[in-house]
Amino acid sequence: MSATTETPTTASASASKRAFDEFWHYFTESRGAVAGMIFMIFIILIALFAPYIAPHSPIETNSDFFRTPPAWQEGGTSQFLLGTDAVGRDILSRLIYGSRYSLLVGCIVICLSLTFGIFLGVTAGYFRGVYETILMRVMDVILSVPSLLMALVLVAILGPGLENAMIAIAVTYTPHFVRLSRAQVISEAKRDYVMASRIAGAGRIRLMAITILPNCMAPLIVQATLSFSTAILDAAALGFLGMGAQPPTPEWGTMLAEAREFITSAWWMVTFPGLAVLVTVLAINLMGDGLRDALDPKMKRS
Amino acid sequence: MSGSPVLQARDLQRHYEVGGGAFIKPSALRALAGASFNLYPGKTLAVVGESGCGKSTMGRLVTMMEPPTAGTLEIDGLDAVHGKKSSDVARKLRQTVQMVFQDPYGSLNPRQRIGAMLEEPLKINRPTLSAKEREEAGRSMMQRVGLRSEHYDRYPHMFSGGQRQRIAIARALMLNPKIVVLDEPVSALDVSIQAQVLNLLNDLQEEFQLAYLFISHDLSVVKHVADDVMVMYLGHPVESGPCKEVFETPRHPYTRALLSATPVADPRRTRQRIKLTGEIPSPLNPPSGCTFHPRCPLANERCKSEEPKTLSQGGVTVACHAVEEGRHEAETAA
Amino acid sequence: MALLEIKNLTVEFSTAHGPFRAVDNIDLTVDAGELVAIVGESGSGKSVSMLALMGLLPWTAKVTADRMALDGKELTDMPQNQRRRVAGKDMAMIFQEPMTSLNPCFTIGFQMNEIMARHLSLTRHERDKRAVELLSMVGIPSPESRLRAFPHQLSGGMSQRVMIAMMISCNPRLLIADEPTTALDVTIQAQILELLASLQQDTGMALVLITHDMGVVAEVAQRVVVQYAGQQVEAREVIDLFDTPKHPYTQALLAALPERAKTQQLPSIPGVVPGQLDRPDGCLFNPRCQYTVEACKRIPPGIQNGVRCHTPLDAKGNPTDPNGLRQDMKVSS
Repeated sequence: MSATTETPTTASASASKRAFDEFWHYFTESRGAVAGMIFMIFIILIALFAPYIAPHSPIETNSDFFRTPPAWQEGGTSQFLLGTDAVGRDILSRLIYGSRYSLLVGCIVICLSLTFGIFLGVTAGYFRGVYETILMRVMDVILSVPSLLMALVLVAILGPGLENAMIAIAVTYTPHFVRLSRAQVISEAKRDYVMASRIAGAGRIRLMAITILPNCMAPLIVQATLSFSTAILDAAALGFLGMGAQPPTPEWGTMLAEAREFITSAWWMVTFPGLAVLVTVLAINLMGDGLRDALDPKMKRS
Repeated sequence: MSGSPVLQARDLQRHYEVGGGAFIKPSALRALAGASFNLYPGKTLAVVGESGCGKSTMGRLVTMMEPPTAGTLEIDGLDAVHGKKSSDVARKLRQTVQMVFQDPYGSLNPRQRIGAMLEEPLKINRPTLSAKEREEAGRSMMQRVGLRSEHYDRYPHMFSGGQRQRIAIARALMLNPKIVVLDEPVSALDVSIQAQVLNLLNDLQEEFQLAYLFISHDLSVVKHVADDVMVMYLGHPVESGPCKEVFETPRHPYTRALLSATPVADPRRTRQRIKLTGEIPSPLNPPSGCTFHPRCPLANERCKSEEPKTLSQGGVTVACHAVEEGRHEAETAA
Repeated sequence: MALLEIKNLTVEFSTAHGPFRAVDNIDLTVDAGELVAIVGESGSGKSVSMLALMGLLPWTAKVTADRMALDGKELTDMPQNQRRRVAGKDMAMIFQEPMTSLNPCFTIGFQMNEIMARHLSLTRHERDKRAVELLSMVGIPSPESRLRAFPHQLSGGMSQRVMIAMMISCNPRLLIADEPTTALDVTIQAQILELLASLQQDTGMALVLITHDMGVVAEVAQRVVVQYAGQQVEAREVIDLFDTPKHPYTQALLAALPERAKTQQLPSIPGVVPGQLDRPDGCLFNPRCQYTVEACKRIPPGIQNGVRCHTPLDAKGNPTDPNGLRQDMKVSS
């Protein structure tokens, strides 16, 4: 054999570890991203172990303790750390269980819209032509209606409830993923490696699903993370408007809606669910920014 | 020329429609305006020219990624233009022609392991092979191109440019093709790596009796690798023939200009450069007559109006009025 | 006094895997009216060193130099705004991709005007006149109408001519050309090289040409600096370097050129240029060098007579032993 045998440019065992190290380096460059991630892990643990952590049942009413203030305020009791609501349910326990619903909403909405978005976007970007034009105009129409309004209309048609709210929100998010994946596919499809696969005889489905799609995932993951937080916000908003989760479900938005009439008299009933939504959304957004820095090469510094 | 050709192309043409809209008539771009050539087993045909000369279009036609607008293409005795309708013939043709690209960073899928990349052509075209047989074939090809088989499960980003080009070559050879289209295979590589890859290509050609269609703009590389050369300008082949003949006694004024413009690594060489003035015209709006006439030092009235026909002269085919009229000799003497 | 003096220039980038030394103790002196070529493969630090001189590196780069002076004026401790003035006026740089070096939003005329307005005290009318002069100087036909053209209306060769016109508009003392012809076709490349060489002769400016192409070096340069992995390995007059390369890397690089090949099998250099993580000890070229001796693997060679090598080659291309390393000078496999 006359060809020279080359040594690899990088040492063998640590190669995939190094890729992870690099990701980690860029991710941890932003402290917000790390803080967001730590908080998200915290929320996920709470959601998983809600029955063990929560001091009370989230739906059990307690007629002795209507609108009890938080423990540190006058009239509060250490039995209900963050106070109780209008029918005497423990707010802390309801918040803890509520994290389950919020995470569930986020996951399901993202799964639905990501799946449909990628399917439509990849096919549009690959086949182009009339199919693409029609599809993209339909997506433009969906995008031209404010997303919450669109979701409201859909829930009004489907009927109120958490499942329908999730479906409605997923529909309003799909166009973002369609546009993003279409743009990615169009730019990737021009690359030489796609041509190489075609010359090797790869069919359309193989080209789309195995060759092109994995190379389009980084920005989609970033977009999915950021949409996760807006999905939680929208679900809370629908809940607040009475179109999402129905009482007595301890969903954060629904809790806010129930507490609306007590805004002036019992501040804790609105403040804590509101804070929960705020902090969770903030944490996810910070984490999403970190992911974008680490995954999206266009943003990467030299 | 020994043996029978493995590919025969006759008057191959490819036009594109560009710039059309709902109310605008698209204009035709003649990317390839009629090329005839043969490829022989174990031999290299180099296609040389500057940007817009149609050499990449030629690569796409030979790999059957695009159908020619006109002309015939016969690969391994099969009609590659019309025969593709039968899936049996299409499969056979596909396995006969493979390609290596210019940019080793763009031509390997960044999310695919090297092993999967090498096995992919087998998976698609030889479904009867077992996973183990595929892996064996992949590993042995990897060794053949000078890579260690431990690299089998790695991703492309762990390799240098030269190693990637070896991987691309290995992938192209997985189906035992008879023809390999090499689209500027070394122009993105450093000089020291370029030599390694050229040596590898040379070894593989001898071993597998491959026919190479070597597309390049670098004349010093072409001079080294090619058996035959075809010089293109704006979609037209202007001169073609045996490498030695074309390089030693270039006839067409464009070939001469190209040769004299190529930098030579010899600071003592005093050159008498044939200065080409002006830019390469856009292929969308090619000059009348001989497409080279606005830049040609030998152009006359006839060149502006009449398209030159190809004529044979000492084993070389040239399309030039000046050569036909013998005017080019005067310039050589001067 | 030399026009440009660089002593011990080092550039380090901070990366995810620790600091990376892209340029390692480079010295360069260029006299007025001289044409020096810096040649090397990718990763040799040839562009980075010149970008450091221009002050164009990102903040992740740490630039240190004992001396970096243009025309006797030290650049390293100069305040930023003053340095920018020098970088635009007395030194100018053109890049590999002419199509992306021009701002696509503005006309050629506007962009030429802008640079002259910044550095020259000319009236608007004078600037326009000079722009036309410059464009015709670099061989652009009908320069008046070209002033109103946008960059996308020009071909690659034309864009590079415009870039050159723009860069010489303020009569720089030093022009740095970073692979100015790599993206261009062969016949256009010949035109641009000729233009650069003739401009250099007419204006008396110094020209530093960065390239990877030995052919281009041989065509135009007077003096050559060969770089490898961030270090200078050989700096000589061009004819001497091509006739009798003293560094094994230069020799191997020249031998690997297809046009110099005597056999079908090209003499290639095994292995690859070391990257950030696989830098060898001792001489950086030792894993790929055919004359490596024990000392090369331990002791980094210094520069002697313009060559960074323990065993510089003699006129016949055989290794010599000026430093008495002969006792362990057995060629290792």
